[in-house]
Amino acid sequence: MTKPEMSVEIAGFKMRNPVMTASGTFGYGEEFAGYVDLESLGAIITKGLSLKPRAGNPTPRIVETQGGMLNAIGLQNVGIDAFIEKKAPFFRTITTPVIANFFGNTPEEYAEMAERLDRIPEVAAVEVNISCPNVKHGGIVFGTDPKSAYAVVKLVREATVKPVIVKLSPNVTDIVEMAHACVDAEADALSLINTLTGMAIDLNKRKPVLANVTGGLSGPAIKPIALRMVWQVARAVSIPVIGIGGIMTAGDALEFMLAGATAVQIGTANFLEPGTAQTIALGMEQYLVDNGIADIKELIGTLEV
Amino acid sequence: MQFKTMVISNAEVSPGYFRMRLTAPQEFAQAKPGQFVMVRVRDAVDPLLRRPFGIFDLGTFESEYPGAWPQIYFEILYRVVGKGTAMLSTLHHGDHLDILGPLGTGFTPAGPDTETILVGGGVGLAPLYYLAKEVVKSGRIRLFVGGKTQEDILCITEFERLGVETYVATDDGTLGASGLVTEVMERHLKGDVPSKAIFACGPMPMLKAVAEIARREAIPCQVSLEAYMACGMGACLGCVVKGRDHGEHTPDYRCVCKDGPVFDFQELQWV
Ligand SMILES: Cc1cc2nc3c(=O)[nH]c(=O)nc-3n(C[C@H](O)[C@H](O)[C@H](O)COP(=O)(O)OP(=O)(O)OC[C@H]3O[C@@H](n4cnc5c(N)ncnc54)[C@H](O)[C@@H]3O)c2cc1C
Ligand SMILES: Cc1cc2nc3c(=O)[nH]c(=O)nc-3n(C[C@H](O)[C@H](O)[C@H](O)COP(=O)(O)O)c2cc1C
Ligand code: FES
Repeated sequence: MTKPEMSVEIAGFKMRNPVMTASGTFGYGEEFAGYVDLESLGAIITKGLSLKPRAGNPTPRIVETQGGMLNAIGLQNVGIDAFIEKKAPFFRTITTPVIANFFGNTPEEYAEMAERLDRIPEVAAVEVNISCPNVKHGGIVFGTDPKSAYAVVKLVREATVKPVIVKLSPNVTDIVEMAHACVDAEADALSLINTLTGMAIDLNKRKPVLANVTGGLSGPAIKPIALRMVWQVARAVSIPVIGIGGIMTAGDALEFMLAGATAVQIGTANFLEPGTAQTIALGMEQYLVDNGIADIKELIGTLEV
Repeated sequence: MQFKTMVISNAEVSPGYFRMRLTAPQEFAQAKPGQFVMVRVRDAVDPLLRRPFGIFDLGTFESEYPGAWPQIYFEILYRVVGKGTAMLSTLHHGDHLDILGPLGTGFTPAGPDTETILVGGGVGLAPLYYLAKEVVKSGRIRLFVGGKTQEDILCITEFERLGVETYVATDDGTLGASGLVTEVMERHLKGDVPSKAIFACGPMPMLKAVAEIARREAIPCQVSLEAYMACGMGACLGCVVKGRDHGEHTPDYRCVCKDGPVFDFQELQWV
């Protein structure tokens, strides 16, 4: 059989395969260069960026839980200026597209970030993290309120011509409502899910394990929830959906594609096996070969229910 | 570097403490004292994350196969504290593990005219043995080691065999002096003229006391820290500690995995 077609396209940018690395789990790509062939990935997504460098939360920031981990990094990042100066030059040395994940504290900050990222040629697309509290509006998280989400995405949309992916929070009652708000604001694609809020307790100390008390749950434990949400959203909207949450194997990734995802992101799995994304891309291709499927796109959203 | 390793031996050296010898590829011989490895305990999602361990020893042994290159090995010295270390303790000769490493910065050995002072608390002794092996060739070394009780004092005969002068302190006085290792160290260093450098690894309260002595006596001092880690390569930002200049508006977090685990004590904030 000839080599199956693995490439997919999201909002005008093409990837050699549907496997991307998730924000916050792959640094700025460079950190993993010695462990994985970066040229084997569909795309690399950066750590979440903000206008000013951000310190993040006190420690402990991470803890392992059954089948997953909690993190409360607090969006520590180098800031957009250091990103342009120190991190972006590396992207010129690879052909894999780089997507800048970013956030802001106010809608205006989101817009300014989008505008600045728009001028960076090394950035192929932007991913908007709306799981961030709106300091102007009493700290309510943009990503849990459809009106706030709409406002932010609209401003971002107007500030950049690059493809706009909006990353949805699962900590909502109705994720489809959030998805519709982002579509209405002319997002090009949706990625989901971000982490689920959780906590862990140290029984001996009778204290929370994380200094921040709560943190975001990721890893295999969240996969069933992520699959369900991707399935719900993909059925409801007509823009591409990117599946994220607990993907460890090629099989997991393919399940997300059946549920309606055009591409997937690998997060926590990068920590245990730095080469996971590459292994998954190869495994998906093998699945196509084994099942006589010529093009991976044939699988998208074909789940029979 | 990432590699598959085979367990050569895994012995309980004191109740709850194990010493494991593992095979390594030739390039691993470049590992520096103070560097660490991330061990995938099992090829499964539980335990999910890799576990970090310092390099206790590194060397070569003759292969069983005639004519083959000598085989590189390294050792970890670990305490069973939870799920991952309990699983490690059940492994036998011939079992396999997956390793990332050597990772992080190592110790920077002191110059030839400087005396090396090692300070270890409990299993924090682990990275100091490989350091001692490297510097014993060039100068005097003293080791101060502390623990709660006799059983927490590990492998001192190995240090003594290298020619390291060893001083022990236990909280309950079951071995060596009764009290804190830092008190013993301070007594011995008082009025001592030759130039010295301190290398310390152990629990945070011990490291704080060591840093205070180093500051007061103006002795150069490197400390090796522990932190909860997910990636071990500077990507997740889970393992940070406060750097010297850290403040509310001047973030200065350092990654223990990449900027450390060994730091000059003056690079860190101790309050
Ligand atoms: C750079 C470095 C070097 C280390 N060297 C050694 C060594 O040589 N010998 C040794 O016995 N121990 C060492 N440790 C501590 C060792 O990593 C932990 O004891 C071990 O991870 C505990 O795993 P567990 O599954 O048994 O415990 P659990 O409590 O079940 O672990 C749960 C989670 O917490 C983490 N964790 C728990 N305790 C620690 C700790 N003290 N430090 C960091 N993470 C922790 C685990 O990695 C895991 O992610 C080192 C730690 C670091 C950061
Ligand atoms: C340590 C850590 C840091 C993260 N940082 C970010 C971030 O900066 N921005 C973001 O949008 N998502 C961030 N995430 C969420 C991941 O990108 C991903 O959505 C989530 O972990 C679920 O996928 P997984 O189960 O494959 O890890 C982070 C996750 C982890 C574990
Ligand atoms: S363990 Fe991930 S940055 Fe240090």
